Amino acid sequence: MTERQAEADDKLVIAGKTYTSRLLVGTGKYKDLEETGRAVAASGAEIVTVAIRRSNIGQNKNEPNLLDVISPARYTILPNTAGCYDADSAIRTCQLARELLDGQALVKLEVLGDPKTLYPDTPATLLAAGKLIADGFAVMVYTNDDPIMAKRFEEMGCIAVMPLAAPIGSGLGIRNPYNIRTIVENAKVPILVDAGVGTASDATIAMELGCDGVLMNTAIAEAKNPVLMASAMKKAVESGREAWLAGRMPRRAYASASSPIDGRFF
Amino acid sequence: MQIILNGETRSFEQIVTIQDLLNKLQLTGRLAVEVNQEIVPRSLFHTHEIRTGDTVEIVHAIGGG
Repeated sequence: MTERQAEADDKLVIAGKTYTSRLLVGTGKYKDLEETGRAVAASGAEIVTVAIRRSNIGQNKNEPNLLDVISPARYTILPNTAGCYDADSAIRTCQLARELLDGQALVKLEVLGDPKTLYPDTPATLLAAGKLIADGFAVMVYTNDDPIMAKRFEEMGCIAVMPLAAPIGSGLGIRNPYNIRTIVENAKVPILVDAGVGTASDATIAMELGCDGVLMNTAIAEAKNPVLMASAMKKAVESGREAWLAGRMPRRAYASASSPIDGRFF
Repeated sequence: MQIILNGETRSFEQIVTIQDLLNKLQLTGRLAVEVNQEIVPRSLFHTHEIRTGDTVEIVHAIGGG
């Protein structure tokens, strides 16, 4: 499918691949792999993030692997650099991930600044992004909601920019909708809200601001019924996208009656 | 021979290549290996020899956001 065709069909294009779903989900914090699989399936997501960590040596050898449940044959696996507080560890993580995934070089880059807020360390993220892009990676970059930084990441070659709605796992929703809107307006690459979504309406708002997609993990995994929330999020992203494409009515300071005045019998 | 494997000092006998090590540990599935902070491609698992004092990291994908 050409990019123009994809646009006409309102598909999401990331690193040259076309997707129908604009909801991306993480795989962390679930009760077990079985719940992970069911929630991811219910979400309709086609791009799923994973973390890269040491294998368990000498522990349960028959333990199923995440990628047995979330198969690279069915999903686009998006490795993240979660837990990295410097550029070097993030770069190493991406290189290992690329090896693990048979040369697939699509990564979600996050370089964190402190463990309490998990806010991105912008200078370190810039450094890592530059080196990764030079090494042939397609970088989707987690960042704050600074419109200038978002543009800088795009200009240096990140294939998508992912501003946070609120801190990772906070569930606070979109704290600064005006910045997100500005980022969307300035962008020529996909903008996906990543981090801080708490419930369905947060995801809808992100899409109504014109975002190309939303990535979430905790909002689904920590819901009382994750599979049901995954389903809600699927609809939330779809409805927000339709509302955006439909073009909302203007806000007014005063009322505008919906029924005619003429023909009143009283 | 003694190596540092995933952060722990471990001793192994009769291990020559990375594949030997993986077989010994019964590790299968998708994983990636670093020796002394350099990635060893899967195609070289059967030939890359591990030496005493090497720092080896074996990683895989797990749930994350």
